[in-house]
Amino acid sequence: MLSILTDRQWLWIAAGFYLAGFALGTMALLRERRHSRVLMYILIASGYGLQNAGLWLRGQAEHGCPLGNQFEIFQFTAWSATTLFLVIGATFRLSLLGYFTSALMAALTVVSLAIPEWDATHRANVFGGNPWLEFHAALALFSYGVFALLALTSLLFLLRNYSLKNKRLGGWFSFLPSIIELDQISLRLLAAGVVLLTASLVVGSVWWLRDPPGSVHMVAVTIAVWLAYAIALGLRLRGALIAQRFAWVCTALFVAALVSLDTVDHGSHPAPAARAISN
Amino acid sequence: MSPAGGIFFHLGASHHTAPLALREKLALTPEKTAVLGARLGAAGELREWAVLSTCNRVEFYGVAGSPAAIDRLQAEFCALLECSPVDFAGAARRTFGLEALRHLLVVAAGLDSQMLGETEIFGQVKESYAGALRRGTAGPVLNRAFQKTFQAAKFVRTHTAITEGQVSVASVAVDLALKIFGGLRTVRVLLLGAGEIGEKTARAFQSRGAEALTVASRRLERAMELAQALAAAALPFEHAPGRLAEFDIVLCATSAPGVVLTHDAVAAAMRRRPARPLFFIDLALPRDVEPTVAKLPNVFLYNLDDLAKIAEENRAARESEVGRAQALVAEKAGALWPRLEQLCRNIEVGAAAPSRSLASAR
Repeated sequence: MLSILTDRQWLWIAAGFYLAGFALGTMALLRERRHSRVLMYILIASGYGLQNAGLWLRGQAEHGCPLGNQFEIFQFTAWSATTLFLVIGATFRLSLLGYFTSALMAALTVVSLAIPEWDATHRANVFGGNPWLEFHAALALFSYGVFALLALTSLLFLLRNYSLKNKRLGGWFSFLPSIIELDQISLRLLAAGVVLLTASLVVGSVWWLRDPPGSVHMVAVTIAVWLAYAIALGLRLRGALIAQRFAWVCTALFVAALVSLDTVDHGSHPAPAARAISN
Repeated sequence: MSPAGGIFFHLGASHHTAPLALREKLALTPEKTAVLGARLGAAGELREWAVLSTCNRVEFYGVAGSPAAIDRLQAEFCALLECSPVDFAGAARRTFGLEALRHLLVVAAGLDSQMLGETEIFGQVKESYAGALRRGTAGPVLNRAFQKTFQAAKFVRTHTAITEGQVSVASVAVDLALKIFGGLRTVRVLLLGAGEIGEKTARAFQSRGAEALTVASRRLERAMELAQALAAAALPFEHAPGRLAEFDIVLCATSAPGVVLTHDAVAAAMRRRPARPLFFIDLALPRDVEPTVAKLPNVFLYNLDDLAKIAEENRAARESEVGRAQALVAEKAGALWPRLEQLCRNIEVGAAAPSRSLASAR
């Protein structure tokens, strides 16, 4: 049934749904109206379902988690963030979070699909048949998905803080969630992301001790990302990093983490046995 | 049964036509309404009626067998309230049929309110209908008219921005607090000063769920008096700056000649609660809070001018929606009227109905 389309075609259609969500939200904001939360949720959930289909086909072809190149890493990160949104969005009902999620997911998926080089080659057997290593990578990227959502809630916090400090409350600023809601959800996301990344590093470190990775860069970058988020969490809990400064740090850290994905991808072990991807 | 049936009508005076002194006389208490009901019971030709009595209007809606029945209602009403029939007639407005129905919809949607788009009127219209049901003076016409009015008013409110944004200073302050704290149930509010504006704003916070309220005034006995009235705690005024960290919202409304809360006092409070926002609403003139506190992270400061400006912007935004809301009301009334007219025709009356020319008569 799923094979009626190629994996990339499924992923393109999924990206289309994310774009539709973004367009719906943008049109509503331009008209200074609240978009339909249910419709937004349906669009994102549909995109998520289609993305599942595409990633499932990839996984079947690769006999494992599809994390063999930059394209797949971006797709998996977007998938992780959407998974989390579908839970958080339904539970916390944060206004505008759906819009920002659709925007980020559209950006991540469309960019990854639009750059053919990211998917031109693929490291075969990237985890060397080691399920623990595969689990480590999946967990790490899932934590990046959590950090993606954290960046979005931080962005919403910055906008809400700006609107309140500068007394600009009309128009679409009126749809933003409250400062406290955004702060609490950001703190929970940060804690969840750090826990997931810590678990991933613990699993990964067992393997690294047995079989040291070829690239020290990859380990250094991953630990640096973990350390940065862990420090941010510690400072936030001590009240030393709060309000807009906390939000800026969370946003900047996600951008840095996203950039670091390139290093992680190229430093993956074992050494790439590149193969061309046929579509 | 008369082939002409009954007349659907509206009779009443509102803030548009009646000055405050007259509206005070026209206020209809539940007890007086019961007396009026008893007097009208014998009249016979008033088939159905409901009365809407608020501080801004007293209006009757009903079905009459003839214009004389409406005259009788007016006369009984004036007699009961000892109001000059001439004064009432000068301020009263009568509409019939579709126009009366449209008026009911306009009122229920808050489009005829002194504070445009206010939602309290919706509850008052509901109470008016409930009163008619209790008295047994609502029949098939009023049942349908009111039930459809509620639906239409809700539709207008949700499909236009007529009720969006608060238009009073106290409500704007509450709305801002919600944008910071999400809800008010768990926030701690400190009221500095025991004047009228502070009390009014504190009551607005309580009406929206704020439970923990503390009052501090330079005159402790006045603070205790107000605290008792508001079911709040009292605090010696001089202790307030040192205990700022215990509160989330500070309503400042003293008549102090200078600054009461300095930048240093607020900064010290924030060091004890850095992650939780602190919201100052400075209603005092001269201002109680040093303006530079707004630069502190997690501190939000709004003064009287800020609140008034937001209220004015919201009012203008609501006014820009009036045309659209009126069009929706007209559409809903037009769709409802044929069925209501049919129900009116089916009403048994003892006398002929008035001619169509009455439809827009006063």
